[in-house]
Amino acid sequence: MNIILALFGAASQGLTWAILALGVYITFRILDFPDMTCEGSFAMGGSVSAALMVNLNLDPFVTLIVATLAGMLAGLITGFLHTKLKIPAILSGILTMVALYSINLRIMGQANTSLIGMNTIISFVKNILPTAQQLGIRDSVLQTGVTMFVGFIFTAVMIIVLYWFFGTEIGCSIRATGNNSAMMRAQGVNTDGMKTFGLVISNGLIALSGALVTQSQGYADVGMGVGAIVIGLASIVIGEVLFSHVKNFAHKLIAIVIGSIIYRAIIAVVLQIGLNSNDLKLLTAIVVAVALSVPVLRKNKGLVRKEVA
Amino acid sequence: MLQLTNIYKTFNANTVNEKLVLNDIDLELNRGDFVTVIGGNGAGKSTMLNLIAGVHYPDQGTIILDGEDITKLPEHVRAKNLGRVFQDPMMGTASNMEIEENLALAYRRGKKRGLGWGITKEERELYVDKLKTLDLGLETRLSTKVGLLSGGQRQALTLLMATLQQPKLLLLDEHTAALDPKTASKVLELSQQIIAEQALTALMVTHNMKNAIQYGNRLIMMYDAKIIFDVSGEEKQKLHVSDLLEKFEKASGGEFANDRMILA
Repeated sequence: MNIILALFGAASQGLTWAILALGVYITFRILDFPDMTCEGSFAMGGSVSAALMVNLNLDPFVTLIVATLAGMLAGLITGFLHTKLKIPAILSGILTMVALYSINLRIMGQANTSLIGMNTIISFVKNILPTAQQLGIRDSVLQTGVTMFVGFIFTAVMIIVLYWFFGTEIGCSIRATGNNSAMMRAQGVNTDGMKTFGLVISNGLIALSGALVTQSQGYADVGMGVGAIVIGLASIVIGEVLFSHVKNFAHKLIAIVIGSIIYRAIIAVVLQIGLNSNDLKLLTAIVVAVALSVPVLRKNKGLVRKEVA
Repeated sequence: MLQLTNIYKTFNANTVNEKLVLNDIDLELNRGDFVTVIGGNGAGKSTMLNLIAGVHYPDQGTIILDGEDITKLPEHVRAKNLGRVFQDPMMGTASNMEIEENLALAYRRGKKRGLGWGITKEERELYVDKLKTLDLGLETRLSTKVGLLSGGQRQALTLLMATLQQPKLLLLDEHTAALDPKTASKVLELSQQIIAEQALTALMVTHNMKNAIQYGNRLIMMYDAKIIFDVSGEEKQKLHVSDLLEKFEKASGGEFANDRMILA
């Protein structure tokens, strides 16, 4: 029973974190840009959303929008550092990420902000529904169910929007820029602009995910973004390894969401086995390293066989 | 049509690797000229094309295309008037994208790109017609990833992409050098055909002297950052490879004899 509840929780967590993975996918896979900004913009989304709710009593939905815009701004700065000031991609992201740590502390005025007793989108949906007692389930189960529902709606909407966007002229240009930027310049596209555009969208999504996670877990923490990039990558590579045959873009995005849920399930199982939650980052890094090495190992195996023949 | 005036370009200025690649180049192309450019390695041929395309900027001098001074325009801005095919077949296309997606990207060269669909139904019919002219069977493979095509197919596709929106100037930078001889001659024939059909002005860099003589109405030879020979019309048609070798040898003061094998 415990494990089923844990997996149920994993699915709901996986869906709120899935949007982070979609954002990371845009930079890492589509733009071929290893964007470290993500760790800062994820925490920024959470900080902005929490601070606005607690300090200004803003509507939780409105804070999601502001958080998304803040993340987009972070992406814009990384894009500026990289394309205009010619700072290498990885360093541009790291600079923004480090700067955001201080900014996030400024935004919240402290290292973490609790949302206990505040109205969040989770409590908003929960209030519409009958109470847990009336439904005859535990309150924590209802909470998880609602989180899952909210995460599902947001993720589904984002997949639809991304699928549309990357089919448009600008979206195609961004994809092609990540694939072959010299060719895109020869075809009259401002590739610096396209890279920045991609970073803006990616970090907007990541901040939105940070805000959603904050509202579902009930607090924001300045360190919540640490390892976000690896978590995003883990979801992507798990999705890619499991659905390697998938070609359609929408299916690829769905594979990432499933990857995100499976990643959370793996974590849940490992915690049930009795591993400490402090070991999670190590575990995540190992999951990513293993998943990334699968295609390489497969290829090497193929080569060895050929040599023998 | 195209005027290069007093163009200088030095790479790695003020270092031990300093190299003057273009030394006071003047070149004027007339509308409809198909000019072949030959010269040894490091003579400045590709650099000249890259300066015209905006990959690099000249240290001095002006570049005027069809009356417009493009010397300082960024690469992507001047791209609207230029069609380009590169030496490396990987460079002219996006390998992770489909044939039709690549064509659609090229079809929008010089146009505003917005939030309309990246490819429309009417375009697809146009692409099928255009691909048929290549005679490579690509018209039935619109949704094939370009990465799965051979080098020759990719160069042919790049050529089509470069001319899908008629360019004022077509730049071919040794675009057959990486292909096997049979494929190379097919791509060259195709280039010739497209240039003739659209009455394009074109600059074609090549290592192959025979091709340089066979194609185009004008030939220029570069050596050591300068244009050392410029011949057109009837005089060009009478040229032989031996004439060109002689020119090279004279310009290089005999040291060129070693390179003879490579260039012939």
